[in-house]
Amino acid sequence: MSNANWEVVIGLEVHCQLMTKTKIFSGAATAYGAEPNTQADTVTLGFPGVLPVLNHDALQMAVKFGLAVDAQVAERSVFARKHYFYPDLPKGYQISQYELPIVANGHLDIELADGSTKRIGITRAHMEEDAGKSVHDAYAGQSGIDLNRAGTPLLEIVSEPDIRSSAEAVSYLKKLHQLVVYLGICDGNMQEGSFRCDCNVSVRPRGQKEFGTRTETKNVNSFRYVEKAIEYEIERQIEVIESGGKIVQETRLFNPDTGETRSMRSKENANDYRYFPDPDLLPVVVTAADVARVRSTMPELPEAKRNRFVEQYGLPKYDATVLTGEAALADYYEAVVSTSGGDPKTCANWVITDLLGALNKLGKEIGDSPVTAPMLAGLVARIADKTISGKIAKDVFEAMLAGEGDADTIIKAKGLVQITDESAIIKAIEDVMAKNPGQLAEYRAGKDKLFGFFVGQAMKATQGKANPDALNRLLKEKLAP
Amino acid sequence: MSLSPEQIRQVAKLARLELNPSLTEAYAGQISNILELVGQLSAARTEGVGPMAHPLEMTQRLRADEVTQPDQREAFQAIAPAVQDGLYLVPKVIE
Repeated sequence: MSNANWEVVIGLEVHCQLMTKTKIFSGAATAYGAEPNTQADTVTLGFPGVLPVLNHDALQMAVKFGLAVDAQVAERSVFARKHYFYPDLPKGYQISQYELPIVANGHLDIELADGSTKRIGITRAHMEEDAGKSVHDAYAGQSGIDLNRAGTPLLEIVSEPDIRSSAEAVSYLKKLHQLVVYLGICDGNMQEGSFRCDCNVSVRPRGQKEFGTRTETKNVNSFRYVEKAIEYEIERQIEVIESGGKIVQETRLFNPDTGETRSMRSKENANDYRYFPDPDLLPVVVTAADVARVRSTMPELPEAKRNRFVEQYGLPKYDATVLTGEAALADYYEAVVSTSGGDPKTCANWVITDLLGALNKLGKEIGDSPVTAPMLAGLVARIADKTISGKIAKDVFEAMLAGEGDADTIIKAKGLVQITDESAIIKAIEDVMAKNPGQLAEYRAGKDKLFGFFVGQAMKATQGKANPDALNRLLKEKLAP
Repeated sequence: MSLSPEQIRQVAKLARLELNPSLTEAYAGQISNILELVGQLSAARTEGVGPMAHPLEMTQRLRADEVTQPDQREAFQAIAPAVQDGLYLVPKVIE
């Protein structure tokens, strides 16, 4: 059998760290990169007698997510203890939600390579606390524990097993990533572990109704690794089954260096988490009024924004998609359009081609762009009012990138103002004609394509500053036999 | 409900409890008795009764997202059995 005879079934569990200032159940800070254990208070350390108190903002963020994926926000949700023995959570249990999560039955629509849309169900999303970090190799016979991350609020987002390929999985993840960043509930930093993914993968013969046995590959923290881990798992499972073996339900780990997954623990040794409602926490109640309040703070979401960009600015879908990829970029674009007086498509070209190209080269984010939105708007305005040509504008843009000031300053300092004075342009044209009698004769004898040559020469003679429309018109007149 | 000695060993393993082998049988009997006692609850009629998450008829209060806990690492680590480089040291754990 070849892979074409197998159907792949994938469900993803995404842990995203919520962007609160403090932990989910205590007032200790959650800043990334602090000295070890300087953000681990008595609640984080699991001291006897301390009580967890839920962070208001963490709850709001979870509700916000629920609304964004069109899910049910539970009026009443309950925290449960999930027990496991590991020193990265000193209490001996993780506070999570089990039977009654805050968010249930949502969905996210992803776009497939062929341009069609597919709906991926979101089974649930629940709040829980993150664990600490362990250092295993530095101390003889001992592990070092840093509990700064322990207690950081997480939203675990569980998809339905609706995903059928690694490409769909990546598409779903990117969409989800974009969404949580848009919502301002997660910084989306995958290197720092703010957004990480567990991949549940199984295969079944095409046409079979029952799911195959699945494996879960834990904590994959980049889109590329997710793709590789899933591809590896698919190949491995098909190979095992085709050679007469059986898939064991187990947890696996992905090794980015080899691109392989390996078994971490099998189901027989699976933890018995002994979930039960945490007596330290009361049921969480979210009223309709609470939900309405959160709804009123919802930003415009990526899809709505993209559609609006197409309608309002008459942009092609591709441009609108790029510009709305990040909320900060979309805001930048809208600031340029609204203040420059330039044509929306021209503005889009500047932002997509010139600005993003430059930022990419510099390795900078839109927020750190050396050319701010007012600066780019200033440049587009000078093109719109014909002070400079589009061509000269490219040089001005480079100068702005290099920190030489805003467009007007640079245009003035470099004497780049477009020549619209027709007598000056005519003089340049006449010089060019006088210097190139051969080409002139050929042109007049019918070699039309030499027109471009004269445009180039005349532009050169004016250091590119001649108004292109005027130059074209005057050239045609002068060159005519 | 009656537990076998084998089940007792498995439960002890999952709970990371060291079990005196000579007491396995006795524990099996005792824990079975406890389960039987609790099992009497299943005779109660619970149709239409929602599961209770907490004995108090109250809902969770929320905390403002403000840092209230300053760094007290020095004080906490002074009473820890072993620390180094700001980390708490524990017997090696690798899964």
